[in-house]
Amino acid sequence: MKEYKYTEKKDTRSGFGAGLLELGRTNPNVVALCADLVGSLKMADFIKENPERFFQIGIAEANMMGIAAGLTIGGKIPFTGTFANFSTGRVYDQIRQSIAYSGKNVKICASHAGLTLGEDGATHQILEDIGMMKMLPHMTVINPCDYNQTKAATMAIADYEGPVYLRFGRPVIPIFTDPNQKFEIGKAWMVNEGTDVSIFATGHMVWKAILAGHILAEKGISAEIINIHTIKPLDEEAILKSVAKTKCVVSAEEHNRLGGLGDSIAQVLVKNIPLPMEYVAVNDTFGESGTPEELMEKYGLTENDIVEAAQRAISRKQA
Amino acid sequence: MKVNPHNKSIDELKEVAAQVRRDIVRMVHAVNSGHPGGSLGCTDYFVSLYFKVMNYSTDFKMNGEGEDLFFLSNGHISPVFYSTLARAGFFEPKELATFRKLNSRLQGHPATEEGLPGIRVASGSLGQGMSVAIGAAQAKKLNKDNSLVYLLMGDGELQEGQVWEATMYAGGKKVDNLIATVDRNGQQIDGSTKEVMPLGDLRAKFEAFGWNVMEANGNSFESLLPTLDQAKAATGKGKPIMILMDTEMGYGVDFMMGSHKWHGVAPNDEQLEIALQQLAVNEAADY
Repeated sequence: MKEYKYTEKKDTRSGFGAGLLELGRTNPNVVALCADLVGSLKMADFIKENPERFFQIGIAEANMMGIAAGLTIGGKIPFTGTFANFSTGRVYDQIRQSIAYSGKNVKICASHAGLTLGEDGATHQILEDIGMMKMLPHMTVINPCDYNQTKAATMAIADYEGPVYLRFGRPVIPIFTDPNQKFEIGKAWMVNEGTDVSIFATGHMVWKAILAGHILAEKGISAEIINIHTIKPLDEEAILKSVAKTKCVVSAEEHNRLGGLGDSIAQVLVKNIPLPMEYVAVNDTFGESGTPEELMEKYGLTENDIVEAAQRAISRKQA
Repeated sequence: MKVNPHNKSIDELKEVAAQVRRDIVRMVHAVNSGHPGGSLGCTDYFVSLYFKVMNYSTDFKMNGEGEDLFFLSNGHISPVFYSTLARAGFFEPKELATFRKLNSRLQGHPATEEGLPGIRVASGSLGQGMSVAIGAAQAKKLNKDNSLVYLLMGDGELQEGQVWEATMYAGGKKVDNLIATVDRNGQQIDGSTKEVMPLGDLRAKFEAFGWNVMEANGNSFESLLPTLDQAKAATGKGKPIMILMDTEMGYGVDFMMGSHKWHGVAPNDEQLEIALQQLAVNEAADY
């Protein structure tokens, strides 16, 4: 089992800010838009170096999505920044018609996704965004796992032609991936090989899956852990290769159990190789105020929840 | 710098407009669906832009570099948009016969998905066009491209909140390479705008948001062309431009005029014949 150590913790949104800053220096077509959340989205450094390539839209997310669509017509690569809730549910029709159906090269960059937004409560804790975005034809959906991967993903999506939803978050979490990694859209990342159960995790849940892997190892269970940073297009090949070996599955995501990563994986399984599967996800409910840790505990998104799900999945395997 | 590929006289524009109106009633009649009322009302505006005012190439490129761009926000008047594009040379007029049919590039509402030349964004769900036009205008400024962006909206559409987000942005951020027009026909699906949701004093509203507001009779080239010239001359002066354009829904076909009832209803065989008689052209070139 590979050991993942960390010396530093950072928020994934800062990885986005660092990636955007780098893009400002390397890609003259990249422009940024924000709906009055520059500090939260860590966009200040980009703006300082490229004031003429930044559009402050004010508190008007629908208008921001439309302006971003229009900017692509002149060859720009717009990165929109606001909270995940205001990046998706609030502007679904604008994204659907002006961006996705119109095939516009807009990068919808969404911070504060999921429960770990914390104390602001359910109005801001969107748990349905992956579902909404993955249902849109043409849309790519990415949810990286730490600071380094978010930075790499931010830079990678500028080189990809087409609409992208990039999801990241607020809390500081361990940095455990390579700072010089090459981010490949749609290519799952093997975190740890194993033989008894496949754990497919995305976003903040990848680190928790690694912790769960250690607990399972102590119990004599060999878990294969795979980081599905790209939920759409899904790396079906990596999933099928893993489950052919392990014969059971756990999905782990900071999202509603309906419509998220788990459902995408379940579709692959039922079509190709039906196997026992357990979801670690929010159970079709809204969140509430609390610290990120308290919320992840209450809503069943800890490493122990992954361990229990793995044990349930293994127990359901055909003898 | 591009020029207008047609640059027609007023008499010639009238002839083109009659042909476009013939196309519109024939297109909606053929599939017994579509929106003739607003299309007929805005025909003279479309013909003015594409046959006189805008500088562009019919060799369509999405980025429209160095070209004036046009965006249609009220996408339901697609018949007039399609006919104008075809007659202007973006595609063959015979393709108008595929309007609203399966496997057509001429969708019920304009779309880019099928690659129809001349369309730069999908529209139909109302209220989104001004935002997109602003983005395209901002990109032109970044690219140091002095050509202009034109936008048409319906008046009923002004009831959508996003329009006012965009109106505030364009005024506040001085998007002065944008010439927007509202088709003020006073009608929407459920009745007159007065009955459904009064729009109030539109001149005062847009002026309060920092726009340069002009007015024109949208069914008179003698009024439209000088107003569009005046609008062009007013660009680059720190204010976006709004033309409040009065039109008669259904203009050119007497039984369709002035009533919201022809917003989204096609004429029957007999009505089509009467309409075509009223839309006589010197040399009919029906598709």
